[in-house]
Amino acid sequence: MHPAPSIILFTSLSGLGFGLLFFLGLGYPQPTGWVGFVFFLIAYFLAAGGLLLSTFHLGHPERAWRAMSQWQSSWLSREGVCAVAALVVMGLYALGLVFFDSAWQPLGWIGALLSLATVGTTSMIYGQLKTVPRWNMLPLTPALFLSLSLAGGALLAGQVTWATGLLVLAALVQVAWWVLGDKALVSSGSDLASATGLGAIGDVRAFEPPHTGTNYLLSEMVHVVGRAHALKLRAIAFGLGFVLPVLFLLLPFNHLWGVLAVLAHVAGVLVSRWLFFAEAEHVVGIYYGKR
Amino acid sequence: MTQLPETTERKLGLVIDLDTCVGCHACVVACKGWNTENYGAPLSDQDPYGTPSGTFLNRVHSYEITPKEGTAKLVHFPKSCLHCDDAPCVTVCPTGASYKRVEDGIVLVNEDHCIGCGLCAWACPYGAREMDAAEGVMKKCTLCVDRIYNENLPEEDREPACVRTCPAGARHFGDLGDPDSDVSQLVAERGGMDLMPEQGTKPVNKYLPPRPKDVLDEVDILAPLLATPETAEHRNLSGFLGWLDRTLEKI
Amino acid sequence: MGQPKIDTSPVVSDEVRKTTCYMCACRCGINVHMKDGKVAYIEGNRDHPVNRGVLCAKGSAGIMQHNAPSRLRAPLKRVGPRGSGEFEEISWDEALELAVSWMKPLRETAPEKLAFFTGRDQSQSFTSFWAQNFGTPNYAAHGGFCSVNMAAAGIYTMGGAFWEFGQPDWERSKLFMIFGVAEDHDSNPIKMGIGRLKERGARVIGVNPIRTGYNAVADDWVGITPGTDGLFILALVHELLKAGKIDLDYLARYTNAPVLVNCDPSSAEHGLFLRDADGKQLVMDRITGKPAPFDQPGVKPDLRHGLRKAGVTHKPVMHFLAERYLDPQYAPEAVAERCGVKAAKIRTLAAEIARVAFEETIEIDQPWTDFRGERHEKMIGRPVSFHAMRGISAHSNGFQTCRALHVLQILLGSVEAPGGFRFKPPYPKPVEAHPTPHGSAKPGSPLDGPHLGFPRGPDDLLLKEDGSPTRIDKAFTWDNPMSAHGLMHMVISNAHAGDPYKIDTLFLYMANMAWNSSMNTSGVMKMLTDTDENGEYVIPRIIYSDAYSSEMVAYADLILPDTTYLERHDCISLLDRPICEADAAADAIRWPVVEPDRDVRGFQSVLCDLGARMGMPGFVNEDGSAKYADYADYIVNHQRKPGIGPLAGWRMGENGLTHGRGAPNEGQLDNYIANGGFFVSHIPDEAQYYKPWNMAYQNWAVEMGIFDAAAPYLFQLYVEPMRRFQLAAEGHGKRQPPEHLRERIKTTLDPLPIWYPPFEDGHVDPVEYPIHALTQRPMAMYHSWGTQNAWLRQIHGRNPLYLPTKLMRQHGFADGDWARVISAHGEITVPVMEMAALNENTVWTWNAIGKRKGAWALKEDAPEATKGFLLNHLIHELLPPKGDGLRWANSDPVTGQAAWFDLRVKIEKSAPPEASQPSYGTIKSPVGQGPDELTWKVGK
Ligand SMILES: Nc1nc2c(c(=O)[nH]1)N[C@H]1C(S)=C(S)[C@@H](COP(=O)(O)OP(=O)(O)OC[C@H]3O[C@@H](n4cnc5c(=O)[nH]c(N)nc54)[C@H](O)[C@@H]3O)O[C@H]1N2
Ligand SMILES: Nc1nc2c(c(=O)[nH]1)N[C@H]1C(S)=C(S)[C@@H](COP(=O)(O)OP(=O)(O)OC[C@H]3O[C@@H](n4cnc5c(=O)[nH]c(N)nc54)[C@H](O)[C@@H]3O)O[C@H]1N2
Ligand code: SF4
Ligand code: SF4
Ligand code: SF4
Ligand code: SF4
Ligand code: SF4
Ligand SMILES: [Mo]
Repeated sequence: MHPAPSIILFTSLSGLGFGLLFFLGLGYPQPTGWVGFVFFLIAYFLAAGGLLLSTFHLGHPERAWRAMSQWQSSWLSREGVCAVAALVVMGLYALGLVFFDSAWQPLGWIGALLSLATVGTTSMIYGQLKTVPRWNMLPLTPALFLSLSLAGGALLAGQVTWATGLLVLAALVQVAWWVLGDKALVSSGSDLASATGLGAIGDVRAFEPPHTGTNYLLSEMVHVVGRAHALKLRAIAFGLGFVLPVLFLLLPFNHLWGVLAVLAHVAGVLVSRWLFFAEAEHVVGIYYGKR
Repeated sequence: MTQLPETTERKLGLVIDLDTCVGCHACVVACKGWNTENYGAPLSDQDPYGTPSGTFLNRVHSYEITPKEGTAKLVHFPKSCLHCDDAPCVTVCPTGASYKRVEDGIVLVNEDHCIGCGLCAWACPYGAREMDAAEGVMKKCTLCVDRIYNENLPEEDREPACVRTCPAGARHFGDLGDPDSDVSQLVAERGGMDLMPEQGTKPVNKYLPPRPKDVLDEVDILAPLLATPETAEHRNLSGFLGWLDRTLEKI
Repeated sequence: MGQPKIDTSPVVSDEVRKTTCYMCACRCGINVHMKDGKVAYIEGNRDHPVNRGVLCAKGSAGIMQHNAPSRLRAPLKRVGPRGSGEFEEISWDEALELAVSWMKPLRETAPEKLAFFTGRDQSQSFTSFWAQNFGTPNYAAHGGFCSVNMAAAGIYTMGGAFWEFGQPDWERSKLFMIFGVAEDHDSNPIKMGIGRLKERGARVIGVNPIRTGYNAVADDWVGITPGTDGLFILALVHELLKAGKIDLDYLARYTNAPVLVNCDPSSAEHGLFLRDADGKQLVMDRITGKPAPFDQPGVKPDLRHGLRKAGVTHKPVMHFLAERYLDPQYAPEAVAERCGVKAAKIRTLAAEIARVAFEETIEIDQPWTDFRGERHEKMIGRPVSFHAMRGISAHSNGFQTCRALHVLQILLGSVEAPGGFRFKPPYPKPVEAHPTPHGSAKPGSPLDGPHLGFPRGPDDLLLKEDGSPTRIDKAFTWDNPMSAHGLMHMVISNAHAGDPYKIDTLFLYMANMAWNSSMNTSGVMKMLTDTDENGEYVIPRIIYSDAYSSEMVAYADLILPDTTYLERHDCISLLDRPICEADAAADAIRWPVVEPDRDVRGFQSVLCDLGARMGMPGFVNEDGSAKYADYADYIVNHQRKPGIGPLAGWRMGENGLTHGRGAPNEGQLDNYIANGGFFVSHIPDEAQYYKPWNMAYQNWAVEMGIFDAAAPYLFQLYVEPMRRFQLAAEGHGKRQPPEHLRERIKTTLDPLPIWYPPFEDGHVDPVEYPIHALTQRPMAMYHSWGTQNAWLRQIHGRNPLYLPTKLMRQHGFADGDWARVISAHGEITVPVMEMAALNENTVWTWNAIGKRKGAWALKEDAPEATKGFLLNHLIHELLPPKGDGLRWANSDPVTGQAAWFDLRVKIEKSAPPEASQPSYGTIKSPVGQGPDELTWKVGK
């Protein structure tokens, strides 16, 4: 799949943002006043900003509101609904903390759940797509999104123990996701034989493409990353996203280490997310003889 | 209307004969022409006189098949929306712009509601949806919904543009929900198949597989017909002339 | 929320205008849907006899052609050097005056100094009329480099060939064999026909080194080695003769198999037919045992017995035929390796052909009467049909190969029989019904007759007193005596060399000679720009008519911009190459469904104007005024013979409108328009088959004005005119070939089909250049002119060289690698791709995709110019020197047909260059470049 920067930023940042909101909602920490304001500002900047970014790739952003209407069937719609609900509920909760110095805890719990659900729905947008076998790993893909979001959230929320544990968990999920993902296309059962129905005659090979000019499908869904290149990037993502933050957290606590851990983690998540798209092979590529 | 109807009254669709398609791209261009001028926004082209990229709703691939033994074959392979019964492109759509019509099963995009998020194209295994770069909305085969019921067209022209134009007659249009329709009969006779059945989309469009090819290669020679008794006789001119004599007697 | 309501009955258009497509020479009927006076959508016309509603990709994309940014806008006068593309726009008056000032003096002093060649012309009966009136012997269209072998072999053998001459009996055929066709002119009808065959489960067999398109859908594929079809076909003939699976009754009645041939080697008539005092060919009558004219009522021609007369033995043609093809040199085993087809397969195919022809016979209860007055109760069909095109035609042995195929058809009795091959009016038409060539030019007066024709022997050659060629292209000379369509591919190189003489003005129409329609493209570009010692161009003046900014435009001094096909009148005439079907005569028009929005004029109208300005007899009235206001006026009012004009429909008879023969009708074009742009007249049932011998057909044809008198004839298994050339080469007669050609004429002009290796094999070392290189037409692209089409060029915007798997492995290629492809003449560097369904010694690419930078209003980075390429750079109009001091033409020795497909190459891996090689500088576009985005929609 084409790794569109707006989508990579959106999913990474909003994941972090909602992760942070989750912890804030649970009350870990429960900052009030100015500190609370800053915490929520960061969370909203990440979550809502990411959401806003995601509209950049729309053909008609002015109609984006319509995207909430199909919550009964569409994960994208559900994401929209959850996100708005989470932001509203957490907004009220934040109001209480920042301006009234009181934690309206039931709101926080609901908001935390909604935040988590938002990340879950985001992950399901990808996870449900049978057409992209690498994403269609359930429940691994939601697990990846959720664990990353929670780990990032914990980091931002300054929950060192939680963060350390969650980072280790996310790292494990990430590795599993990569390893299993590499086999996903093959085990999906989709190949040129099933795509064309001609497998019974012999070995099917794509001959002439239907057009020598390019098109939306090719630029959107057929993106080829070199294998060696991908491996290197995985190592970088892993190092930045998990190894370094954990190391920083294991060091005696210091705000600087904390900031560095966050930065490394975010960078790692961005690389991982780039790979999430770039390495994903849409089955339509099979028709074009490309993966 | 993102939820799929439980059932549709009819299942209109195409049956494409891979034994007959010569790969001429006539259907591709007729489709481009009709749909540029009709339903919704025109199918645009970017850098049309440089390194072009454009929106098409129907495209013809070609595949080469090498059997374990014998000569390689080539199959031309037209592909447009298959109007799936379990259309994932519809259920993923967040706006309801994508829908499957209750009356005939045609899968359409309501361009006025489409936000151009592209998710439906991601959900389609067949590459049957293309985002129009100029208009920012999703385009797909409409099964020529603006032709097949069009009272401004003569009755015989109420069929998709691609079907009407196909010189080889490799494209058939009809109700695949009706087991007695011509298209259903064709599918039954020729073993019509689904593309990527494992994707669970339950396509309405069916493909007729190519008939077995190069069977003469397998005929056991010396071909019985040329081994008639005369064969031995007129291996040379005089034998041939003798045969001529005798045969001419009979005429 | 309910499902949206949509309008399923939108208004489709304001109006439908019916005319004829011109994206290729198939000439389908089209419905042009108009909105607000603009072209909105084009679809096929269901009533049209050619396409019955279907339309190919090119036809549907006509709207993008009509609106192409490359359209020329006004007459152009060259201001920069030739080839630069620098022009200034001038007025029509200035342009026409300039043209007249160049051509009129030539007409009055030396008309042969004008060479007028018209390329992909669909108005040849008109352009040749113009050239005849000008008086130059130098006129032809593009047939010589296209498929004259096919046309001429068909006419000489049976009175017509494939494509426009005839077609398989699609509705009845049970076995269809197609040789060397990728697309053909008969574009939609072949696809429709194959579709019909498939519906009925009939078998299709493709003979072609490459398996795409028709060969991909063929039930059986014969991946033959290029240039060897003749051998393969004659092996089939060998098998059929040996098994006695031939139609003797048919051969005896309708062919020259029983005609008596002089067997006296010392006679000046040796090998010629025995004739009676009236010149009628004689046969032995089986009833009387005596010789009789072939067409005598009641005669039963004998295939077996000869005649000794005046001490000379005469034998029926059948003896020669049997003797030749029963020879073991034609046995499947003997040809298998050369053809790349297993002997067993050849035998199986022969058996299958025989089985279908003789065991699946069709009988139609339709009585008919033949030319000997015999009534037949039934029409008997041998449901095996064939079709072939340039794959067998465009080789230096193509004429004989085409002949071999016709002989095979005739031996099976499947020509003009139900289920077999059927002619389309005005064919069948034997050689005798065609003119001979004419070429004597007299200053200030018209030529003595039509330029092109069918020589019957050495007397008809166009040679001057000193034996030098009359024509600039050397057509109808000993080099290629039966060059019935001229040799357009030799005009520029001969004019450049001043051989046989120098010309002054080269006048071209609709031919991209500086690019894809020339052999040796780089060489041609040099010849067109070459200057003499005085700095003058060697070819002094070039006038060209094109509608678009093609590569050739840059090489002309004066451009006469044509309209697009939707903006002008045209006439697809029975006098020319009509659109008939096997069961009907038909002709058609084009008419301006929209008016041009630029300062352009229909070329034919311009010719009418030029003819009048130069006072040419056919174009002025007695008082010297212009005879035709424009081409439309000519179409309606011109009469070739009294009662016969360009269009056969709606003529003026004594009692009102009539068809066929009649006086001009002022409302004729309106009648055509009202009828959908065409006219069709069905052949009566009794006359549907056996046309050459069926009196009902012959009489119908006379009534239609197709011939003046019934003229039944025999199919010519043995072609006597060829024998006359051979006789000359053997030393008989006054006109003698030059010594260096004697042997070649003796072998290649054999009156019975033979096979010899393609000439390039004899001039190029087949060991050093082991690979055959071919081109194919893509179905969705028309030569060079499809590229300006925004829709089509997305389908074919570049062309790889396809290599068989074996060569890919051998050279270690992967898809997308680059290769140097080298011929004895030149080299190109191009991208490669693998193909398995390909003859293992053959490489190929799509024709005419590669483009020159700057042409066609494309941007410089257009893939056509950076990754596309032409094979033409590797093909020379002359063969490489062989050490005999001569440069032999790369053409068929019989007809002069350009031998495009004889090409041999070798291949090496290459580092990827910046662009495919050779690449040339950018030509300046006289029309700018196309827009950055298209969102074409006429209606709102
Ligand atoms: N390598 C290789 N080369 C080949 C062949 C091959 O098989 N292989 N095939 C050969 C054969 S058979 C042929 S016929 C030639 C064809 O080659 P060309 O005869 O050159 O055909 P086109 O490229 O179609 O170009 C004809 C010209 O007509 C112009 N034109 C188009 N429409 C109009 C119009 O309405 N009016 C006027 N005045 N001009 C118009 C186009 O712009 C173009 O410049 O190519 C030959 N070249
Ligand atoms: N779409 C489209 N249609 C066209 C044209 C076009 O440019 N585009 N051009 C028109 C013109 S001008 C012409 S002349 C016709 C030509 O139409 P075709 O006769 O179909 O010409 P080509 O496309 O050159 O195809 C030649 C075929 O012969 C095969 N071949 C080559 N050598 C041999 C051989 O030795 N033996 C056999 N058996 N096969 C061989 C090649 O593989 C190829 O398939 O098409 C006309 N129709
Ligand atoms: S028009 Fe018909 S034959 Fe041509 S590519 Fe389409 S389906 Fe195949
Ligand atoms: S083919 Fe693709 S676009 Fe069409 S209905 Fe099926 S999934 Fe949707
Ligand atoms: S692109 Fe349009 S039709 Fe497709 S999912 Fe998004 S809103 Fe729905
Ligand atoms: S049915 Fe209509 S929209 Fe669909 S592919 Fe055919 S022409 Fe195009
Ligand atoms: S075959 Fe195609 S391009 Fe040629 S005349 Fe017919 S529709 Fe036009
Ligand atoms: Mo041609």
